[in-house]
Amino acid sequence: MIPVIVILVYLAIIAFIGSAAFRKGKSNTEDFFLANRAVGSTVFFLSIFATNMTAFAILGSSGQAYRQGIGIYGLMASSSGLVIPLTIFLIGTRLWAVGKKFGHQTQVAFFRDRWECDTIGTIIFALSALMLVPYMIISIMGGGTVLAHISDVQGTSAPLIPYWLGCAVVAVVVTLGVFLGGMRGTVWVNILQTTLFLCFGAIAVIVISQHLPGGFSEYISKLAADPKTSFLVTREKMPERFFWSYTLIPLSSIMFPHMAIMCFSARKVTAFKRTVVIYPIAILLIWLPCVFLGVLGFATLGKVADPDGILLLMLEKYAPVWLAGILGAGIISAVMGSDAHQVLALSTMFTKDIYQHYGGRERFGERAAVHFARAFIVGVTVIAYIIALELKDKQGIFEIAVRYAFSGFAAMAPVMVAALFWQRSTKWGALAATLFVAACLIWFAVLQNTHKPGDIIWQLGQGKEAIKVLFLNPRGDVSFWNGFMTVVPMVFGSALCMIVGSLFTRPPGPATIEKYFPANKLSAANA
Amino acid sequence: MKPTRTIALTLLVLAVYVLHQDFWNWTKAEPLVFGFLPVGLAYHAGYSVLAAVTMAVLVKFAWPKHLEDVKPEAGARKESEEEA
Repeated sequence: MIPVIVILVYLAIIAFIGSAAFRKGKSNTEDFFLANRAVGSTVFFLSIFATNMTAFAILGSSGQAYRQGIGIYGLMASSSGLVIPLTIFLIGTRLWAVGKKFGHQTQVAFFRDRWECDTIGTIIFALSALMLVPYMIISIMGGGTVLAHISDVQGTSAPLIPYWLGCAVVAVVVTLGVFLGGMRGTVWVNILQTTLFLCFGAIAVIVISQHLPGGFSEYISKLAADPKTSFLVTREKMPERFFWSYTLIPLSSIMFPHMAIMCFSARKVTAFKRTVVIYPIAILLIWLPCVFLGVLGFATLGKVADPDGILLLMLEKYAPVWLAGILGAGIISAVMGSDAHQVLALSTMFTKDIYQHYGGRERFGERAAVHFARAFIVGVTVIAYIIALELKDKQGIFEIAVRYAFSGFAAMAPVMVAALFWQRSTKWGALAATLFVAACLIWFAVLQNTHKPGDIIWQLGQGKEAIKVLFLNPRGDVSFWNGFMTVVPMVFGSALCMIVGSLFTRPPGPATIEKYFPANKLSAANA
Repeated sequence: MKPTRTIALTLLVLAVYVLHQDFWNWTKAEPLVFGFLPVGLAYHAGYSVLAAVTMAVLVKFAWPKHLEDVKPEAGARKESEEEA
């Protein structure tokens, strides 16, 4: 009961912060969606980090470490620690500049203006929205999982807060915060949330180490010595091609609409300096304890029904009850921080890129746009909630995110790079790349649903020399050329479409080129 | 930025990226760093620190200083004022 009370108090604080932001807000969209482009340096880091840390980072990482071992850290965390700050440094700063200079509030608005084309913006909008919804769903699923585990004090199958209610509580609190406070409420909440979940990992490791009979070393040595479990402390079951492929996945981060919108909201470009340097360390602070505890969970608890809940099971068993509640609030923070940004981003996109772009503002005024945004927030959360209930027990948190959102957004990165750095890029190149990404996602979804794990769809040669060109790996993921992930052909294919499509079509007019690439300078912001 | 500096920083980023694929640790669990961290995990924890150092170097030597002077253009400023 105590952990539930702690978490409910935390949720009440979040709702209160949202309402305080509501009282400070103005009735215009720049204030509601971007906090008037006035987010300072420290808050910018805390908020952009919260934007990226989801249930995926805490529950997914420990759950996958339980299943696959320590390789999960290198697979996702350390590569993200390099690639995400690098993309924020190279792309995020330029996005901020074009937003500041030309008033863009979304990626789509920038693409439309950059390539003098409404349609390309609408198509990219549709694809981004479709890929963002699954990401939002895993946040709600993560929240439901956490609350169900924390409230299941007896370890029975009937927790005090069942999964459906936990999902509802998270969805309602997030919706309320975003609905009332917009971007200002969201970043204020992020200050508390990021601080909580950055402390979470270290506290969890210290507390569990004190209550665990024997030391960490004993358990890890046992895992290493047993041939059946040694794969958990090495990467012997993790193909090298799969591991390398994953380094392309973090390219998705800067293409997530909520990340781009965060970049637009900074007061000064210097806010990015501290963020890109601290980012890898912040990832280390969260992922290292989660991955380690996931592996340790296998050693101490053995087989469990739901590996995504392994961290919570460890806390229940090896931490004092009240502390488990605070740590649970830390996990919920990660879940809700990113969910709030996703909801806000979807709402921003619909309001700016569809409603206002197609004349809603002229017809109904600026105030109505904010009301429209709020109505949209409620609608999209209800849909995400229903899907979260339907998907329960059907697929792991980690897999849904990777299959439908991460690869697709990563493959859209060449479009953004071309828009910012390549004068000669055209709307036709962007269209070709976008349609290629959409076609890949549909094709892979069809393959996954029409073949079984391990099926070889296309093979060159026979016997040991054979090359599996297209197949489903044992986990059921479509794979290429003896083990590369789908993200590899998607990213390079998208880049190729962008280049070829642009070279064979007419570039934007001289006025647009001059606007974004003033003479003798690389970026629009150079002017 | 001078071309030599651009090349040096690009090579630095590429080298750090390549170091991520630590095939030499693939099947090893030991030595256990600090007595409990498998070597593959400790390596990538160290890699995260290296990534932070790399980003600090980029901020120091390749920061797009010209972006600090960006001001809203007349059209963009006008839209914002209308909304308020």
